[in-house]
Amino acid sequence: MDHGDYPLELPEGDRPMVRFMNVTKRYGSLTVLDNLCLDVAEGEMVTVIGPSGSGKTTVLRMLMTLETINGGIIYVDGKPLTHMERNGRLVPADERHLRKMRSSIGMCFQHFNLFPHMTALQNCMEGPVQVLGLPKAEARARSEELLEMVGMIEKKDQHPSRLSGGQQQRVAIARALAMRPKVMLFDEVTSALDPEVIGEVTNVIRRLVGEHNLTMLMVTHQMGFARDISDRVCFFYRGKIEEQGPPDQLFGNPQRERTQQFLSAVKEAD
Amino acid sequence: MRFDWQWDFAWEILPRLLAATLNTLLAAGIGYAIAVVLGLVLALAQRTPWKPLTFIVREAVEFIRSTPLVLQIFFVFYVGPQFGIRLSPWTAGMIAIGLHYSAYLSEVYRAGIEAVPKGQWEACRALNMSTRDTYLRIVIPQALPPSVAGMGNYLVGIFKDTPMLSVIGVADVIFLAISLPAAGLVRLFEGFVRRKMGM
Repeated sequence: MDHGDYPLELPEGDRPMVRFMNVTKRYGSLTVLDNLCLDVAEGEMVTVIGPSGSGKTTVLRMLMTLETINGGIIYVDGKPLTHMERNGRLVPADERHLRKMRSSIGMCFQHFNLFPHMTALQNCMEGPVQVLGLPKAEARARSEELLEMVGMIEKKDQHPSRLSGGQQQRVAIARALAMRPKVMLFDEVTSALDPEVIGEVTNVIRRLVGEHNLTMLMVTHQMGFARDISDRVCFFYRGKIEEQGPPDQLFGNPQRERTQQFLSAVKEAD
Repeated sequence: MRFDWQWDFAWEILPRLLAATLNTLLAAGIGYAIAVVLGLVLALAQRTPWKPLTFIVREAVEFIRSTPLVLQIFFVFYVGPQFGIRLSPWTAGMIAIGLHYSAYLSEVYRAGIEAVPKGQWEACRALNMSTRDTYLRIVIPQALPPSVAGMGNYLVGIFKDTPMLSVIGVADVIFLAISLPAAGLVRLFEGFVRRKMGM
C-alpha cells in the first residue's frame, strides 16, 4: 500500500491513542519490524517483551521519531505522526510537523540521558521553559511538584553525577512528565540499574498507572513487574508480534511455542 | 666571533620593541577572535543535513589546513587586488590568519561535538527541543570544556605565527627586532652566518 492511500485522519469512534499500521523498519538488508500492526488505547498500559533483537525497542524509538520508518504509517491521537497532509495526500513528515506531533509523546531511556551540566530541577525545567515557553516560576512549580512525586525533591539542586542510577531515572521520569505528554514511553528503564534500586523506579511507574490517565508503552525485562501493572502484554519475536493478551493469560497460559520457550528461559535465568 | 652588548642601545630600542609587541598581541588577539567564532560556524556547517554545504565546507577546511599560512597571507593580500579586492595589510593579515586558524579550531569543535553522547541528542528530541536550543543549551556547553585544551594550543600557535604577517608589511616584534639597523640581534646573526660559512 502506498502511503498516499492511508486515511488523512482516523475516523471518530476508531481513534486509538497510538496506531501502528503495516509499519516496516529495515536496517540495510535486515528487517527489524515486519508489517507491524498495533493499537494502544487511551489510558492503556501496554508492555512489550521479547528476546533481544526482536525489534521491541525500535517500536518505541519510531514512536518518539528517533527512527524513521520504511513502510506503513503511525497515527497518534488519530493524526498521522510519520506523515503529513499536502494537497489532500499524505507525504513523509517534515521537521515542523514532527515537532508539532512530538509534543504529545514523552520518553525515558535505559541510560537516563539527563543533562549532566544541569541540576535535577534544571533538567526538569528545561523543556517547559525552552519548548513550552512557560514562565520560570510556573515551570519551577510544576517541576518541583513532579520531583516531589518521584521522591527526589531533596536532591533537586544536585547534578546527575551526584545521583545514583535509580535517582537519575526518577528525575528522568519527572523531566519527561513535566512536558505533560499524552503518551509515555519507557525503554528498559530498569535494565541499567542495580537490583536493589529497581524497586524505587518501578514504584514510580506503578503510581503513574494508578493516578494518571496516561497512555503508556513499556519495554522491559522485569516480567513480574510487567505482569503486575500491564493491561496488555505483547511478545515480540523476529520483528512481529508473536502473541499478545492480558498479562495473566500471556504469562499464565501462553499459546504459542515461542512464547512458552521465551518465558521458561527467562524464568530459569531468575 | 665578536659580540659587543650595548646597554644604551638596548634601552633605546626598548620602546619601539614594546610598541611592536602591542602589534603582535593585537594581531594574535584579533586573529584568534575571528577564528573562535568562524571555527564554530565551520564546525556547525559540516553538520547540516544539506549535503552540498557539508561537502564544500569539509573540503575547504581540508584545503586550508593543508596549505601553508604564509602562502595564504600572500594570496589574500597580493592576489585579492587582481579581483578588485584591495585590502590594507592589517585587514588582509587578519582575514588570512583568522581563516587559517578557524579551520583548525573547527576540527577541535567537531571533535568536541562528536564526543557528546548520542543519548543527549535523543533526550533533546524526546523533549521536543529545537535544533537551535539543542546546540546552544545542551550540546555546545558539553562540547566546549573538552575543547579548551585544543583551543589553548592554537592560541599559542597563533602567537608564533604572527611574524609571518611581516611578508605583507605588518610589523610585529620579531620583524622589528631583526630589522633594526645596527641592532644587536643582527650583529649576532651576522656573526653566526659568517662562522657557518667559514668566512
